[in-house]
Formats: sequence, structure tokens, C-alpha cells
Amino acid sequence: MEYIIIIIGAVFVNNIVLAQFLGICPYLGVSAKVPTSVGMSGAVMFVMTLATLVTFLIFNYILVPLNIEYLQTISYILVVASLVQMVEIILKKVSPALYQALGIFLPLIVTNCAILGVTILAVREDYGFNLLEAVVFAIGNALGFALTIIIFAGIREHLDLVDVPKGMRGAPAALVVAGILALAFMGFANLV
Amino acid sequence: MVLTLIIVAAAASFTLATVYNLTKEPIERSREAARQEAIGMVLPAFDRLVSKKLMPPSGSDSLEFNLAFDNGNLIGVAVSTYTGMGYSGVIRAMVGLTPDGEIIDVVHLEHAETPGLGDKIEKGKSDWSDQFRGFDPSEQALRVRQDGGDIDAITAATITARAYCDAIERAYLTFEANKQEIINKEEE
Amino acid sequence: MGQLQNFSKGFIRENPVLVLLLGLCPALGVTTSAFNGLGMGLATTFVLVSSNIVVSLIKNLIPAKVRIPSFIVVIASFVTITQLVMEAYLPALFDSLGLFIPLIVVNCLVMGRAEAFASKNDTFSAIIDGLGMGLGFAFALTLLGGLREILGAGEFFGLSLFPGDGMLVFVLAPGAFIGLGYLVALNNIVKKKLDKTA
Repeated sequence: MEYIIIIIGAVFVNNIVLAQFLGICPYLGVSAKVPTSVGMSGAVMFVMTLATLVTFLIFNYILVPLNIEYLQTISYILVVASLVQMVEIILKKVSPALYQALGIFLPLIVTNCAILGVTILAVREDYGFNLLEAVVFAIGNALGFALTIIIFAGIREHLDLVDVPKGMRGAPAALVVAGILALAFMGFANLV
Repeated sequence: MVLTLIIVAAAASFTLATVYNLTKEPIERSREAARQEAIGMVLPAFDRLVSKKLMPPSGSDSLEFNLAFDNGNLIGVAVSTYTGMGYSGVIRAMVGLTPDGEIIDVVHLEHAETPGLGDKIEKGKSDWSDQFRGFDPSEQALRVRQDGGDIDAITAATITARAYCDAIERAYLTFEANKQEIINKEEE
Repeated sequence: MGQLQNFSKGFIRENPVLVLLLGLCPALGVTTSAFNGLGMGLATTFVLVSSNIVVSLIKNLIPAKVRIPSFIVVIASFVTITQLVMEAYLPALFDSLGLFIPLIVVNCLVMGRAEAFASKNDTFSAIIDGLGMGLGFAFALTLLGGLREILGAGEFFGLSLFPGDGMLVFVLAPGAFIGLGYLVALNNIVKKKLDKTA
């Protein structure tokens, strides 16, 4: 039951993109077409879950015992960077088409603040997560990211067919759409 | 190649360790200053402060009780309390109580509530929290009116107001449960 | 390219937020007020300039293969320094920026400038570039923070402009997206005007 609450909370109530403002770069960058956004979501989910697992162990079994919590940021980003490298190598071998499509954005997953943000949030004192809860929290946030980016990509595909005022074309219109989506997600507030 | 990376990482760790040691004391000092300021805001003038941790009847963490004495008499207790019911995460507050359990004043310590709505619990943002002054939890209910209590909620931020009441009630109930011990402290 | 142009490009023409759409997470996340926007902008500027300096100094000592990881370590160190110093001396700002301070490390802007500019140019140009881009970032954040604060709370830098509550939606999450959308559109128009006169 607790795990379900964590997932619902992460997907709908505190949605990582629309309420926490994490992962906006890929959210706007790779959301022009639905298939690419699905691929990106997959990569994010894989890296986010793995990264949370690894960083949670590092934080609680290395940084805290040694009293060097101030190295959190630096060690986390290195874990994320190496994991991304791994995903990149695997993807190159397994699915060259997807690798082509995600192009520049795969290395950029390193600088996807959603990943680093979730790994930092997962060890926050006031959540008091254990390892399993932290991993569920990461999966929930990845699902939240996937849900919003795929909905958004669906809307943006239609946006191409609409007559948008000149100055608003492209990014501005996309941002306003994101704002309306955020408005809709506010309806989930206080769900859990 | 690997060597370069190791050198870079070592240099970085060394720099950070140095900065950490340099800022450690100022960080603790600024935290202590914030705590002292909060205590000062919810209690009348005192000349001696005794701190102790007490577990609340419900809740995951202990509360810090700061017993204030003036000329050897207990004049009030500042309780550092918390709630997990906030709209976005934990809210912490300092509650000042008289030895009889009446609220002197309340000031927030830490929150992440919505700016413009939930942040009205801050003293600087609105006078909402003034209604706790002189509030006697033994006679009135520390709940928002919607829940049958005697506290006016914050417009469009009932969740935050409810959470704030929960934090204050936690402080009060812990005080009541340990009243004998706290009063005995006076006679030492 | 003259140093002046190198410095000023970050404000309108290549504004990191409004044109390049980099560093949007902090741009949206912390801009509930002009003060928070400015604070975040200046913290990012500090990290950007410092890491640009170090990267441009060590660029010849680092083998190409470990370039990116080394840059990340440099940036992460400066971010942690900022975090510690801010917690010690500006605790209130530290509390309101929260999670977004450690996240400066993944601000695409910082990494982007280290990789695209500082690793190819001399230290002085790198400083100017970092300052220009950083202040352009701070400019955009203060603008967005100011817009949201004025419309949402009726205040500017905490000073009350008109009584009442304002349109709260602008302080909440949707207002961040919508506000930024209109700022980007506005910048598009200004940029076009500038291009015509140039």
C-alpha cells in the first residue's frame, strides 16, 4: 500500500516535470514526436532507477559513515555520468535506429536534472525512505516523466497543424501548452 | 588518462574538504542564531535556558523542549515541533507555551508551502498566525473551523493551516504528557 | 569577435534561457520572486565563471577522452562550494532555493559553456564569456521572477505594489511555464527588431 502511495504521489501529485520543474530540457527538447519521447522515457526510467539504487547505497554506506556528505553532489553526478555512458553503449549495439533518433539528447541525459534531482530527493531525511522505497520512488518519478512527456508530445504533434501567431511559434507555444498541462495536473493535488 | 582523472578528483575532494571545514562553524552558528531568534520570539525575557528532547505521543521524531527560567522560575517552554501533513513536505515551527500550557506565540522555522498561499503561516507575510497568541488548547480546539475547531483557516490553503495546527498540537500534547517532569525541573 | 560583444551576447541575442532554452529547470523552479531569481542567477554566474577559469587553465593538461568527466568534477566542486558558503552566510536564500543549488551542476548552460567555449579559448575570454552568459541568465531569471511576483503577489522584490492577492496562478507551477512562454515570444520580437536595425 505504501508503495502505491509513493508511486501515485510521484506520478500525479508531485509530478517531476510539472510540479517540481525537473527534466525540463528533455521535456521540451525531445517531445516533438511521440515515438522519440517514448524512447527518451525508456532511457530515463532505466538510468533513474539504476542511479537511485547505486547512489542510495553510496550515500548511506559510504558518505554517511565517513561523515563526508558534502561530497554528495560530486559523487552522484559521476555515478549518473557513468551509467549514461553504459546505456549509450548498449543502445548503440541493440537499437541503432533509436540511437539515431535520440541523437544528441542521450549524452544530455547526464545533465538531465531529473535524474540527479530524484537521486538527491530519495535520500532526504524527511522522507526517510529505505532502499526499496527509494527505488519505488525513482520508478514512480520516471513513470511521471514518461506520462507527461508522452502526453505533451501528443499535443505538440497537433500544435504543428494549428495557426499560431508568428512570435509564439515553436518554444513559446510549447511552454504555454506545458503551463496548461501543469494547470490540469494541479487537480491531483492532495490526492494522497 | 586514468591518472589524470584521479588527480582531478583528488584535487576536487581536497578543495571541498577545506571549504567544508572553513564553513562548518559559520553554518552551525547561523543555525544556532536562527534557533535562538525563534526562541526569543515566542518567549518573554529569560536568563537561563535548559534544552531536552521528548518523544511526542504520536510522530516519528522527538521534539526539542527549551525550558526558559527567569530568577530560577520556569516562565515558559519553547518547543521545536514539526508536521508531515504540509502541502509540500514537512513544516517545522517553534511554539512558545506558558507553564500552564497556554500558547504564547508561534513562529515557523522551515516550510516549502506554496508562495502566496501556504506561506501565509510566516509572520512577515500575513498576520494569520497571530490568532495563536494567547490560545488555550485546554479550552479551545486546535483545529481549523472546517474540522470543527477554533482556528480560522488560510483562504485557499486549508491543508497548510491544518498541518500547522497539527504541528502546534503535537507540541502541546507532548507538553501535557510530560507536564510533571517539566514542572519538577523548576524545583531543581 | 570583440570582448564587448562576447560579453553582451548573453543578454538578448544568445540569452541562455530565452533563446538557447538552457537551464530551464532552475529558471522555472525558483522564480517565484524576483529576489529568488536574482539569487539563483548570481549563484549560477559564480559557478559558471569559476569553472570557465579552471577549465580554460587545465584544458591542455587533460586528455580528450576524460575531458567531460574532468569538467564535471570541476563544476560539481564549485557547486558544492557555493552550496556550503550560501548555507553559512545566506541561510534564508539557501532555504528558498533548496534542491536547485546542487542541481546547478546539471545546468546544461554551465557544462555547455565549459565544453563549447572555455575548453577552446584563453582564460580572459572565458571569464568574459562566463560573466556575460551568467548575467544574461540572471537577467532572464530576475525578469521571470519579477513578472511572476508582480502578477501573482502584487509585489516586486518584496515591496507591495498594489493591495490584494494578485493572480495566484502566476506564482504556482502553471504560471512559470506560461510566463516563460510569453517572455520567449517577447524576446523573439525584440531580437528580430535588433536584427533589422543592425
